[in-house]
Amino acid sequence: MANKRIDAPTGTETVGHEWDGIEELNTPLPRWWLWTFYLTIIFAIVYVVLYPAWPMVDKATAGVLGWSSRGELAEEMRVADQAQQGFREQLAQIPIERLPANSDLMARAVAGGRAAFQVNCSQCHGSGGGGDQKLGYPNLNDDAWLWGGDLKAIEYTITHGVRWAGDDQTRQSQMPPFEGAFDNAQLNAVVDHVLSLSGKAQPNAAGAQTFADNCAACHGPNGGGGREFGAARLNDAIWLRGSDRADLKRQILNPRMGAMPAWGQRLDPVTIKMLATYVHSLGGGEDFVEVAKDPEVKVDEQP
Amino acid sequence: MNNPDASDERGDPAVVLEDGVAKTNDPVSSAVARPGATTRRHEPGEPPRMQMPEKLYEKRKAVHNKRIDGPFRRFKWFVMFVTLAIYYGTPWIRWDRGPFAPDQAVLVDLANRRFYMFGIEIWPHEFYFVAGLLIMAGIGLFLVTSAVGRAWCGYACPQTVWTDLFQHIDRFVDGDRNARARLDKAPWGPKKIARRGFKWSIYLAISLATGGAWILYFADAPTLFGDFFNGQAAPVAYITVGILTLTTFTLGGFMREQVCIYMCPWPRIQTAMLDEKSLIVTYKDWRGEPRGSLKKSLKDPEHFGDCIDCNQCVAVCPTGIDIRDGPQIGCITCALCIDACDRVMKDIGRPRGLIDYATLEACREEAKGHPAQPAWKALLRPRTIVYFGVWAGIGAGLLFALGTRSHTDLTVSPDRNPPFMLMSDGSIRNSYTLKLRNMESRPREMEVVIEGLPGARMWTDTLNARDATPSLTFNVPADQIRTVRAYVVAPSDTISSEFTFRLTSLDEQRETDRVETRFDAPAGRS
Repeated sequence: MANKRIDAPTGTETVGHEWDGIEELNTPLPRWWLWTFYLTIIFAIVYVVLYPAWPMVDKATAGVLGWSSRGELAEEMRVADQAQQGFREQLAQIPIERLPANSDLMARAVAGGRAAFQVNCSQCHGSGGGGDQKLGYPNLNDDAWLWGGDLKAIEYTITHGVRWAGDDQTRQSQMPPFEGAFDNAQLNAVVDHVLSLSGKAQPNAAGAQTFADNCAACHGPNGGGGREFGAARLNDAIWLRGSDRADLKRQILNPRMGAMPAWGQRLDPVTIKMLATYVHSLGGGEDFVEVAKDPEVKVDEQP
Repeated sequence: MNNPDASDERGDPAVVLEDGVAKTNDPVSSAVARPGATTRRHEPGEPPRMQMPEKLYEKRKAVHNKRIDGPFRRFKWFVMFVTLAIYYGTPWIRWDRGPFAPDQAVLVDLANRRFYMFGIEIWPHEFYFVAGLLIMAGIGLFLVTSAVGRAWCGYACPQTVWTDLFQHIDRFVDGDRNARARLDKAPWGPKKIARRGFKWSIYLAISLATGGAWILYFADAPTLFGDFFNGQAAPVAYITVGILTLTTFTLGGFMREQVCIYMCPWPRIQTAMLDEKSLIVTYKDWRGEPRGSLKKSLKDPEHFGDCIDCNQCVAVCPTGIDIRDGPQIGCITCALCIDACDRVMKDIGRPRGLIDYATLEACREEAKGHPAQPAWKALLRPRTIVYFGVWAGIGAGLLFALGTRSHTDLTVSPDRNPPFMLMSDGSIRNSYTLKLRNMESRPREMEVVIEGLPGARMWTDTLNARDATPSLTFNVPADQIRTVRAYVVAPSDTISSEFTFRLTSLDEQRETDRVETRFDAPAGRS
């Protein structure tokens, strides 16, 4: 087309256009650049054949290697699971009451429990296990336990839940509503008595009588609570639903009671074991009243 | 702005004169250019050039340096053996640190984040020692350059040492300068192929040893050495050796002085730091010029200088330059030309030192007829003394810091969620994560004590709350950090306040560390 003359000083052909006397040399690409470019083309062809590449209607072409990012993730997860296998089997074999003696396994279980806690439990109990006083989610860091704070009791609570309809072994208890049972004076007196148990109010004889008649059966004569029916301890400093007079009155007249799912239906026993050790390690865990005598006993649980 | 007056260029056939301004049409390499060449440029007011330089690219001319012997050559041999011995030998030196630490004298343990150097062990948080060493290296560059010019380039630089080594291999396989030049020109045939193959396999063996020695600094040398040949070593080891073998092979075997002239920033920096008081290798032109052959100068001694134009200084130069052109970037000041020239001067009965270590200032004085100043006098001047003072001061500071550093450390991070806990008896509990650092390569007992929080006691996740005490003792494994969950409980009337964890090592050193942290109590009580 245009005047592709050879530029004298450089000996290179021009592209043939001229703009106000400015011409452009048609300098060939450097050889190495050109070869790199060809190589990328070859690479692209090989890639298209081997790997998923062309987007089709619902998915991309598969590629002859059959590779997929989902498949790779599944494989990596499988390898990670396999690496955990020995540890999980060990954990499945050992009865939870003998776990503290094996500090190495215990440490790994606590670490695993911490991860599982963040996924499954933190929604209600908080990421630090601090619970919530307004909503009545128990704090798991302290040393007050409604249903028992040793490893076995915690494991049982997690497995079967609290007041969970789908599990017939669930932790079950019911505080009756006292709406209409007390007149105002009686109510004030019993609140006084309950507060006096932990030194927050003056003792009240009338209240003590009412307490003995109506409450002591579950909460104990001194308000020490009863773990067999999850009756809260009333003579300590910890109040699940608040320690104001109003809080107490509301709880007596129309008690609110929490529920927890039975995690045995959703998590495997090993994960529950890890969760129990983690909750136990938060600083309020209790020792067993009696430690299993026979070390040869093995519990049979599926990992 | 810096077009020099053309008058001094007149008569040079390589220079064309355009409108009274001299320009060269020859390809210009910095190795051979005159000092003004780099700053001469096309000014906007000048008419366009009618002739372009034919090529901006200069093809490498092979350097076949001739064998030479002399004091500087021997010194170069000595430095070469010492530096190569240090490089190849260091990983094999053993150093007993007891059963809990590796016994390799110099080890960069990246996997465990430890750096061992004889009696010194550095943890990652002490990286400022390495930074200090780098600063010392930087100021050391100032010091050495201002005192003895490019001595690093000439003797100790790895590029110089390995180039020297490969040039000896050249001589060993192909013969001296002329034989090598002949072989270069000879057509490829079975003989040349055999020779080149033999030479290049020696190159490759040296390169492999060089790349291989590098990785030995990063793992236990004997183990890694065995693993490497069994195919058991980590892929990164093979990749590293591969890359370093390739770079040694190309940089040392083929690129050589091109690296110094075109690739390395060091000569540029050093050149910028040289002044007229720096020692450089220089040709004393007032004594040598005009040059003429021995025959001519014997006939007419009045007219000719000492230089008999024998070109020995060019022949022995490992970077292939002519020192008589003056100081230039290609000169690594290895002083082999001094050896060559001194030998010739001795043979023809003239005083030595036509090419010599000298400062430009001393050269000027000498040219005026003042007696020659001994070279060592150039070393002692304010600039070098100040550099040395700063350099030594940093070194002394580092040594002091190294000698007085503590091998015990405590870090405390309080739990923020929940910030505090009420216990059933009304007392308040806070949780902390303590990190006890033991930098000795033996296990140590360490005691942690609570100070400034009346009535406070603590326990851990492995200890029962009933056994809580104001002080706990932990066994910290050798050369490790032990992480401990500490639960601190204080009476119910405690208010939010600062308190201190004090760590004490229970051995004869009794090193301590104190960390102030916060105890949180319920709101309204503080």
